[in-house]
Amino acid sequence: MSAATGDARQTADPDSPAARRPRNTQTTTVVRALLRKELLVELRTLESVPGMSLFAVTTFVVFHFALQRSSVDGDLAAGILWVTLLFAAILGINRLFVADADQGGFDGFLLAPVERTALLVAKALALLAYLVLLELVAVPAFALLLLGPSLGQAMPGLLGVLALGDLGVAAIGTLVAALAVRTRARDLLGPLLALPLLVPIVIGGARATSPLLALGGTGDPPARWLLTLGLYDLVFGLIAYALFDFLLED
Amino acid sequence: MSAVEVEGLARHFGEREALSDVSLSLQAGQTLVVFGPNGAGKTTLLRVLATLLRPHDGDVRVLGSRLPSEAWEVRGRIGLLGHEPLLYRELTARENLRFHARLHDVADDRVERQLELVGMGDRADEPLRALSRGMVQRVAVARAVLHDPELLLLDEPRSNLDPAAVAMVDPLIAAGSDPARPRTRVICSHDPSGGLAEADVVLGLRSGRAVLASAADEVGPEEIAELYT
Repeated sequence: MSAATGDARQTADPDSPAARRPRNTQTTTVVRALLRKELLVELRTLESVPGMSLFAVTTFVVFHFALQRSSVDGDLAAGILWVTLLFAAILGINRLFVADADQGGFDGFLLAPVERTALLVAKALALLAYLVLLELVAVPAFALLLLGPSLGQAMPGLLGVLALGDLGVAAIGTLVAALAVRTRARDLLGPLLALPLLVPIVIGGARATSPLLALGGTGDPPARWLLTLGLYDLVFGLIAYALFDFLLED
Repeated sequence: MSAVEVEGLARHFGEREALSDVSLSLQAGQTLVVFGPNGAGKTTLLRVLATLLRPHDGDVRVLGSRLPSEAWEVRGRIGLLGHEPLLYRELTARENLRFHARLHDVADDRVERQLELVGMGDRADEPLRALSRGMVQRVAVARAVLHDPELLLLDEPRSNLDPAAVAMVDPLIAAGSDPARPRTRVICSHDPSGGLAEADVVLGLRSGRAVLASAADEVGPEEIAELYT
């Protein structure tokens, strides 16, 4: 793609030859514009992050009472944390392209002389931001409501595992959301497609987190599971990059 | 120079044929007005020309590029004003136009000028959901011409507009008078006399088929009206 410079921008003089030439807009500029728009819309509607966070906290409360125990640790704690984060993420994934589909944002984007991958990157970054915000609420709530061992020592390792998990969820979630949103059954199809693809992230995340949340845990996640998560992120990042253009086609 | 060249265009949605064997030719700087009752295929034709829908059959060339294989060459040279404003309701008029300006690599001062030209300068910082349909339509017109497109595709561009607003947007969507930079237009209309007044070429669609294709000065309003009977 050719990068347009600031000089080639359409200026106050639209009669100039430069202003009439077709241009391809620089991808980083487009990603920034798309991401800014995405975050502004979320800030004004509060449709995704509050719902995701509330769902996670409510789920922890339900687990608190359903398990009939005051605290959890190890495998059980890791499983509860990752499954809850997964389902909360599904709520955000389902909403990711709704404003674009319902308000013509897709058409506006497709009419522009831009790399379509910019939309994938911007949406994935937006979803990543939503997941980080979700975890800022969910992880302390989890520690408060359910977790037995202190999070202090586990925190650096947990942050690393969550970051790897979030990258995978963002790539898969964006891909699936773009596919589902153009169907009539998007609310159903999104989760149905996303869940099987996200299961390996839950497995990898839970296995990597389990020793961190064990009583007297090591504080270091197993490298094997971190590598698995990283590889899965890479594979789905490439798949999303390869397929995204086709998903936007008529 | 031919700006739009369509030969035997067909497009269907499932079993339903939206367009069938439609042909037309439009020179650069000319205005084609498309008439036809609801469901005749006017919007589908506009979306095919805008590269948003793939033709299922036939040969379509827009601004010298064949669709859909060379669609990437003409994106950014086409402006579309459809039934949907292609604007985000939660964003203000200014934010919406600046967003589209980034996509089309247009400077912000042009955004401000377009807002003034459509009379939205003083309401530019209100979210679109708080504006009337006519005001949203004015912003949509500003959005469609923001990047000064060579081909303007307009689907009932004056809908929801009061006479004062029509007077404001008409110069923006007018055909270019300068032969060095002609603007070609395809307009869908239900107004026979108004449509004929601005047409160079007329296309009448009924059930996806072209039943009238002629120079505008060879057609009368009564022939247009027959399309709707």
